[in-house]
Amino acid sequence: MPKLTIDGSEVEVPAGYTILQACEHAGIEVAHFCYHERLAIAGNCRMCLVEVEKSPKPIASCAMPATDGMVVLTGSAKAVKARKGVMEFLLINHPLDCPICDQGGECDLQDQAMAYGFDRGRFEENKRAVRDKDFGPLVETHMNRCIHCTRCIRFLTEIAGVQELGATGRGEDMEITTYIERALGSELSANIIDLCPVGALTSKPYAFVARPWELAKTESIDVTDAVGSNIRVDSRGPQVLRVLPRANEAVNEEWISDKTRYAIDGLVRRRLDRPYIGRERKREAEWSEAIELIAERLKRVPGERIAAIAGDLCDAEAMFALKEFFTGLGAASFDCRQDGAKLDPRCRAGYLFGTMIAGIENADACLLIGTNPRWEAPLVNARLRKRYLRGGFRIAAIGPALDLTFQVEMLGNDGNVLNAMTADHRWATVLRKAKNPMIVIGQGALSRADGARVLGTARRIAESCGLIRDDWNGFNILHDAAARVGGLDLSFVPGPRGLDTSGIVAACKSGAIEVLYLLGADEIDTSDLGAAFVIYQGHHGDRGAGRADVILPGAAYTEKDGTYVNTEGRVQMARRAVFPPGEAREDWKIIRALSGASGRPLPFEELRGLRRQMWEKHPILAQADVVTRAAWGPFGEAGPVDAGPFEYPITDFYRTDPISRASPTMARCSELFVNGRQQAPARTGTDG
Amino acid sequence: MSTTAEGPSFEQPGHFEFTAENLERANAHIAKYPTGRQASAVLPLLYIAQEQSGGWLPRAAMDHVAGLLEMAPIRVYEVATFYTMFNLRPIGRYLLQACTTTPCWLRGSDAVVEACERKLGIGLGGTTADGLFTLVEVECLGACVNAPILQINDDFYEDLDGPTTEALLDAFRGGKPPVPGSVIGRQGSEPVTGCTTLLEPSEDPSIRHSREGGESRASGVRSGSPGAPLPRG
Repeated sequence: MPKLTIDGSEVEVPAGYTILQACEHAGIEVAHFCYHERLAIAGNCRMCLVEVEKSPKPIASCAMPATDGMVVLTGSAKAVKARKGVMEFLLINHPLDCPICDQGGECDLQDQAMAYGFDRGRFEENKRAVRDKDFGPLVETHMNRCIHCTRCIRFLTEIAGVQELGATGRGEDMEITTYIERALGSELSANIIDLCPVGALTSKPYAFVARPWELAKTESIDVTDAVGSNIRVDSRGPQVLRVLPRANEAVNEEWISDKTRYAIDGLVRRRLDRPYIGRERKREAEWSEAIELIAERLKRVPGERIAAIAGDLCDAEAMFALKEFFTGLGAASFDCRQDGAKLDPRCRAGYLFGTMIAGIENADACLLIGTNPRWEAPLVNARLRKRYLRGGFRIAAIGPALDLTFQVEMLGNDGNVLNAMTADHRWATVLRKAKNPMIVIGQGALSRADGARVLGTARRIAESCGLIRDDWNGFNILHDAAARVGGLDLSFVPGPRGLDTSGIVAACKSGAIEVLYLLGADEIDTSDLGAAFVIYQGHHGDRGAGRADVILPGAAYTEKDGTYVNTEGRVQMARRAVFPPGEAREDWKIIRALSGASGRPLPFEELRGLRRQMWEKHPILAQADVVTRAAWGPFGEAGPVDAGPFEYPITDFYRTDPISRASPTMARCSELFVNGRQQAPARTGTDG
Repeated sequence: MSTTAEGPSFEQPGHFEFTAENLERANAHIAKYPTGRQASAVLPLLYIAQEQSGGWLPRAAMDHVAGLLEMAPIRVYEVATFYTMFNLRPIGRYLLQACTTTPCWLRGSDAVVEACERKLGIGLGGTTADGLFTLVEVECLGACVNAPILQINDDFYEDLDGPTTEALLDAFRGGKPPVPGSVIGRQGSEPVTGCTTLLEPSEDPSIRHSREGGESRASGVRSGSPGAPLPRG
């Protein structure tokens, strides 16, 4: 533990800290551009120069280890002069285009130039000009503004794991480029926009849309996957303009996926903004008319002939309200597992990511079963990569070929490989010998016909290979739907004699179910629901709304206060950033109104009352931001797994839910990265 | 830099592969480094690739080297664009590198460059229409004692001025490259006005006077480029 003096006060810092880290430890801010705590140290911006006693020259504090007895001066005349010099050099080639730069108002260079900039330029030559690069549909480049901090290169190389960006040339000719002009092929690529300390990399869909001081900032939770990334929703008036990550070490660190960031332009397209009535020919209707029509219908149908399916983006409150309402009517057919995954609601440990996302960093062997984390949960994949880069981490996968940005041993795409894991497969030995082994089961494996046996087999592997100990839980289910764990926690699953998703769909066809309530459910097969009366409550005119007899316009995740439970079982609260469009309402209110019209009013008037009841019945949901370890117990079915191949649940990362399917930005990404049309057609100003 | 990939378009060959002989040379370089550290061999491999491609590095060659060393292609592009001795666009059969750093400039490098430009009808960075010459400006070649210098492919031609430069280019165009070294006939870096010391052979028998050796005149100031002269044409 070196002890050093910084600006006159003595601090003791952990060994291995740099001077810059020691300064931050002591609460002293040192200006910097290239240094970033999650990236390798580059030391090339020189902005963090400080004076160190007995050293003849100023020292780049980000790259110099703090040692015992050092005397550091961060604000001495020499240090400040050195930084002013660096700033002047940085500004030599930096254009004076802050008024038209999207970074303006949240720019590190702008801020630090206020502190260290000179009031006029002494450089009389021409500034250099660098051609802008095409990094794809998400990242806009203004390369004249680049100060070559190389954060973007380091992020893509180290964290995203795609070595596509580099610095070519030298000296004045240095450029940040892919060299062969192609879009950045990573699901995390847009994080380089946040990392860029200047306006060289900006957001393409957000270009020239707003200034940061115009935006209302709301801290919320993402729903495009089951990671529950912490986000900040920036809105102006009625529209969400952008989504930025919030730091949460346990979940997303400080990154978010491109889908989280850019699916939001789908929030203003294909929206259901008023009730509609009619199956083939839909007509606009008033709320009262729609509610009465449904209430009338529900009164005539016995409880066992009604069913409800909850979608992937539902908040817990709406699911709780609907479950309470329909249970009161005598219904038992509920399901929140649209994909038919054979998740077992009996045992909470059997449907959670037990190791937890941050816990991956303590694992030393990992077996992936029918899951492609790069698409199902890019940030879980980033954690796996982070662990992999530290070394001593073996990863194997059962399923179709994968590119996860790190080395994965492919064990074959066959159910029999999984069966062998409970016996003498060599990877069973690897797991047994590992100190902290983990397995990850994807929804692709569980939605097979023999999904329950896959789950049971996974449980046997966990038990026989020492994955479940007092100090370690290596059993993980990786969800891809934000609402799934919440739904299972609320028991939004078939009750006694109730039907599951496929049963409900079949019963609609046969006429055994007469009323089907789709709460944002768009991923089920709606092509043949027979004569069933279908109510769709949701925010987008997607698959479910197409078949509906009555459409009730609900709120998207940015438009309501809602509780979401991520794949780890972490309860997190999303907050309303904007109001739902038009006549649309918050989802629990719609269900409350419906219950009143049906003569069975739910016993709460406001969100607080709903939550109090929900917490009473499901105490696990009352503990926000805490993950409590679930008790291990029996789940899944005994018996060997069928020999057939596994399939991954997501075939197009950029279009997985109603919001992202409505998003033009996601459509462009999908076209480019999934359908492999690397050369996007040239667009002119009048195009589209 | 005038030999980067920027500028007028040109054709990139679609395919590149080391010849068996060059692959053997490449593997010898790779073998110098521990396993997992093959990337260290990137510079010699790129140099061999440039040799094989006729003095410039097509992108296919960089990709081939990247594949051989298990590097991401961008990492190879970074290296190749950093070093000015890698040419990223096709060059003439003779690459004229005129040094214009201070010592050469003081000794008249402007006249050398001007003679090249006039004689060949091209500017700095240009290639003659017949594909014979490419003229570039370079920083110090490290032969300041014999300034000004023109490096043609792997050889140094020294003590040039306008007329001698033109004569030199004529000789190359005529297919008779002169012996490298000083064009005014001095040996090594001995004084231009003739030797003033060590005129007599040493009496110490262990010291051999170079004039007795019968070596070629330019042996003392051969260029330090690695590898054999570039096979061209």
